[in-house]
Amino acid sequence: MQCPKCHAPMNTYNRNGVQIEQCSGCRGIFLDYGELEALTRVEAQWAQPAPPPQAYPAAPAPAWGHHGGGHGHYGHQRHRGLGHLLFSS
Amino acid sequence: MATDVLPALTARVRSAAHPAAAPCVCAEPGAVLADRADGTVVRHGDVVAKAHAPGTDAAQLALRMAAADHPALDGVLLAPLHPDAAALHDRLVTLWPHGSPLAPDTDPERAPWEDAAALLARLHRVDTSRLPFPLPLMRGPVKAARALARLRAAGPHPGAAPVLRAWAVLPAWARDEAPMPSPWRLCHGDLHLGQLVRSPAGTGPWRLIDVDDLGLGAAAWDLARPAAWFAAGVVGPAEWARFLAAYRAAGGPAVPAGGDPWPALDVPARALSVQIAALAIAKASAACRGLDEVEEAMIDACARMAEVPVVAQEPVRPTGAMTRAVPKEGETGAAK
Repeated sequence: MQCPKCHAPMNTYNRNGVQIEQCSGCRGIFLDYGELEALTRVEAQWAQPAPPPQAYPAAPAPAWGHHGGGHGHYGHQRHRGLGHLLFSS
Repeated sequence: MATDVLPALTARVRSAAHPAAAPCVCAEPGAVLADRADGTVVRHGDVVAKAHAPGTDAAQLALRMAAADHPALDGVLLAPLHPDAAALHDRLVTLWPHGSPLAPDTDPERAPWEDAAALLARLHRVDTSRLPFPLPLMRGPVKAARALARLRAAGPHPGAAPVLRAWAVLPAWARDEAPMPSPWRLCHGDLHLGQLVRSPAGTGPWRLIDVDDLGLGAAAWDLARPAAWFAAGVVGPAEWARFLAAYRAAGGPAVPAGGDPWPALDVPARALSVQIAALAIAKASAACRGLDEVEEAMIDACARMAEVPVVAQEPVRPTGAMTRAVPKEGETGAAK
């Protein structure tokens, strides 16, 4: 591809997963449709911390605790009553 | 074996409810509330009689009854109708006011987690040096060791190996092979949600019942069963958080007032997980049935423990006033 402004050849670069073309003569940059938005999105992800992985504030738990990711057995327990919680077992 | 005492116990509770030999006109004359190896409990009207487990130590039960009857425990433990246990055949029988327990179909979200925690905190804060009698040792580790003995006696089971491994790495005190770490506080010894009743029944405040394992020991043991449920995923994080926050708000001394409570809870919660899993396997084997989802969850927790070293337990607070404890069952020697 040639630069639409100075007609020098353009080189393709990959920036954050987005393909961009830069002119080897005037250093101008050509963006395909949607690539500017893609770069903006990538920039925003860099600036923001990742969202917390779970809704509950992570209560301290032992390292050997249940890490079921989501609901443990208590989710089922809720519909079954107190069951084992009432006995010395 | 536990049913032998039932007819005599039923007659005893009836006569206690109608002391002047008045004819019984009770709308609900009698009910067997429990009939297990660890005790038989019968209700008649407003009176509940408990035949304690065969082999219960009479001297230790007398001290536990004295604690339940003492004003320092007023509002924490349900007070007995009579402070003394009476012999009935080869069993010791105690009399209590009827209280209403949690219904089995209660949503765990609606269980009185805060009340349970606050009662425990008050129990643990009792200044035992002011009680005019010595106290026996809390029997939590004894019960855990007994559960392991039952597991070993139950024969081979695919779930037994991780439970035995988890038991083996516990410190000696949690296996009832060494004294519990200080400070010793007054503990319930067998807390679960069946140990709460409203008294007076229906509308009264919650009280703790069942003094059979009450005594001096490591207070974190009383938090260990809810902690084990939470760690196994059997109780949700919201319920556990409510329980822990209420215990702390009431000044409970078993865990630090803030921060991570698990250094204090790790060993007792492991021990209770092992105890629950061991009894579950022993009972399932005896009944020739499989394990249910909750029982499997407790064994899974034991399996995960193998990969995590035991947290060294440090006392939450410096040792306070020395408290006296009577020797354990079967031991002799002066109380210290």
